[in-house]
Amino acid sequence: MNNQNSDFLKTLGIYLFGQAKKLSLKFKKAPTMKELMIVYYSEAKSAKLTGKKVAWITSGGPVEPLIAMDIIPIYPENHGAMIGASKMGAGLCEKAEAMGYSSDLCSYARSDISCATVNGGPIGGLPRPDMLVCCNNICGTVLKWYEVQARYFNVPLFILDTPFCHTGYSEDTARYVRTQIDEYIQFIEEVCGKKYDFEKLRQVGLLSYEAQKLWQAVLDTAAHRPAPMSAFDAFYHLALIVTLRGTKEAVKYYQNLLAKMKDRVAKGIGVVPDEKYRLLWDNIPIWPRTRWLSEKFASHNACLVADTYTSAWCGTLKYINEDKFLDSMAEAYTRIYLNIGVDEMAKTVIEMIDKYQADGLVMHSNRSCKPYSFGQLDIQRIVEKERGIPSLMIEADMVDDRSFSESQIATRIDAFMEIIKERRKE
Amino acid sequence: MDKISEFRTIIENPYSYLQKIKDENGKKAIGYVCSYAPEELIYAAGALPVRLFGSDSIIHRADLHLQSYCCSLVRGILEDALSGRLELLDGMIFPHTCDSIQRLSDVWRLNLVKSFHADVVLPVKLTTPSAKSYLVDVLKKFKTDLEQWLNIKITDAELNRAVKTYNAIRSLMTRLYRLRCENPHIISGHDFHTLIRAAMIVERDHFLEELTAITADLEKTAPEKKLTGVKRLVLSGGICNHPDVYDTIENAGGVVTGDDLCTGSRYFEGAIDDRMPPLEAIAARYATRVVCPAKHSGLTSRGDNLVRTVRECGADGVIFMLLKFCDPHAFDYPYLKEMLDREKIPSLLLEMEEQTQAGGQLQTRLETFIQIL
Ligand code: SF4
Ligand code: SF4
Repeated sequence: MNNQNSDFLKTLGIYLFGQAKKLSLKFKKAPTMKELMIVYYSEAKSAKLTGKKVAWITSGGPVEPLIAMDIIPIYPENHGAMIGASKMGAGLCEKAEAMGYSSDLCSYARSDISCATVNGGPIGGLPRPDMLVCCNNICGTVLKWYEVQARYFNVPLFILDTPFCHTGYSEDTARYVRTQIDEYIQFIEEVCGKKYDFEKLRQVGLLSYEAQKLWQAVLDTAAHRPAPMSAFDAFYHLALIVTLRGTKEAVKYYQNLLAKMKDRVAKGIGVVPDEKYRLLWDNIPIWPRTRWLSEKFASHNACLVADTYTSAWCGTLKYINEDKFLDSMAEAYTRIYLNIGVDEMAKTVIEMIDKYQADGLVMHSNRSCKPYSFGQLDIQRIVEKERGIPSLMIEADMVDDRSFSESQIATRIDAFMEIIKERRKE
Repeated sequence: MDKISEFRTIIENPYSYLQKIKDENGKKAIGYVCSYAPEELIYAAGALPVRLFGSDSIIHRADLHLQSYCCSLVRGILEDALSGRLELLDGMIFPHTCDSIQRLSDVWRLNLVKSFHADVVLPVKLTTPSAKSYLVDVLKKFKTDLEQWLNIKITDAELNRAVKTYNAIRSLMTRLYRLRCENPHIISGHDFHTLIRAAMIVERDHFLEELTAITADLEKTAPEKKLTGVKRLVLSGGICNHPDVYDTIENAGGVVTGDDLCTGSRYFEGAIDDRMPPLEAIAARYATRVVCPAKHSGLTSRGDNLVRTVRECGADGVIFMLLKFCDPHAFDYPYLKEMLDREKIPSLLLEMEEQTQAGGQLQTRLETFIQIL
């Protein structure tokens, strides 16, 4: 059989599998995350077959305008997390290094760049993009990374430039970003070759707002003692708010999840048996080690009740006006957690410590993510001064675990927990 | 050349030079960290823009704020600031470039009290109309910030004078680049480097005066007979803070005939159109000059420019000098190298720290590379 044929059959297989899954979900009350992701990736991977367009977009980028036009959004970072969680990061990162990319670069970028050339990784690579949408509200890395992919795939690249907000949000910035939202819409129209559907966007905006509110409500349940869920659960349930916010599926999923969590709260069920200590996590998870970490902390009866990472996808709710979604989008996307000054980040951390009554702060100093990690030391100091709680800094990487030193980190966690326990005795 | 020796002393000890300037005329000095700093405005406000380079001291104070995987340039600057070596600066401006500088600004604002701190949050893309008009807004805002701080009004006449001075410096430097390219032995790499560094520190009027004389002198110097066997090289990367590299290259039988460095041709490239309103004109130069990897203007503009530079300089090879942990440059390296490979232009990658000394391994690698050219 020639290659093209086998590719076609493979895609068809993926498509039919996705359709079958979708059908079976219709009869079930609540599909699981895994099932939803299977359908999502099947649809994405068979986009050529169904004539849908695929856009690769950064995790902080506005996805609603794509969803409204029936474009399938694909998140290389989410894929990066999957690569990390399935412990395939080191191999793909090494491959990127062989291609000339320094080992000091973001491991999401490194693994995605090399994965694209070999269709490797846990799901055999991502579907080819028809367009790239890069919003730099999370970092400067995405700009360079998307340039690399735009050269590789030779597809149009839209850059949504969200100027960094060291202090406040200026009118100049507001005007600039708002204009770019219009340019973004135009870009989509050009790539799709059809007029933009603003009414659909309005509906998608409402759903997105709804999903973000639900996600916040889900996270809020962890304010209860014992916490019905931990940050590790949030890492897992996060995927939909990143990839599918603005769809009915996401809203339904989080409604169900919220109901489940509320039920656990009512019954007094904690996720960590005999929860005694409550901690706050900062930075992206160490994907290949989430399980190990969660067990490690649980063995000390400590629950990571909240984190700055998963809450970033609902952190700007206050700027969104659901009736004027398009207009308020500019501010909401520009003022996200990673695009603000260190002092404002520290304020957010302190608010979370208060809200979730955390006894300590665990910071992942993430070699991959400079904008997230630089400034952590200052945040740590501010938090210690303002709230007097101890903190722990773990140096690691979110995907590439070649340098993860398990025994050393275990010792540090033990020592940190001793301090927390001592404090409790006082 | 003895005119350059004055500059040599200054760049070896920029802070005592600053002290002297301040004692003499009470000028305010403003530090900056990137070639996108709108220096013309600082000059027009009557202050002295001073580019900061990394530190040669051991880093320990900066360790309390920035992890070890932050580039040594940023860590070094912070070290110098925290240890009081930058006390002479009255203010700092941070143009938005990379993630590390972005956070350096935050850390600075929270830990170092200076009378003036400005973030100049430039757009990241430079080509679209909305980015261009935003860029003008940013410059206007910076101008207002300066005016409020100094309690002055920056007039158009002053801005025009700044444009004139900077244009003159840039065009002389461009001429020097051309001269060196035609006749590389006319000036040593070390001296050329000294001029570049001095252009970012020395009072600009004085610098312009000296540079005019130096250029005139060099133009009078008769070209030497074509030396055979000397390999012509282009340096590419961020900031070059390694004057010794030039000596090493020259000792190994090479010579630098062009560059693509932030502290090099990218800084001098492009004139400001003096027929346009000054702020618009300054913005327009940013939009057209050779782009830095932290900014976007087209997908291959840096590569195209590098290949063109190599051709124009008749270079035999390219040396990439990249700072370790510098993301923007590290992301561009593979495609730049690929473009060079396609043109059959050999290249060498040197990953350095600010404190890297020429000599040892670096020297061997340079020598080997030059030999095989
Ligand atoms: S540098 Fe950080 S924010 Fe940017 S893509 Fe990598 S992990 Fe994400
Ligand atoms: S060397 Fe690179 S990482 Fe360091 S400040 Fe310059 S652009 Fe940023």
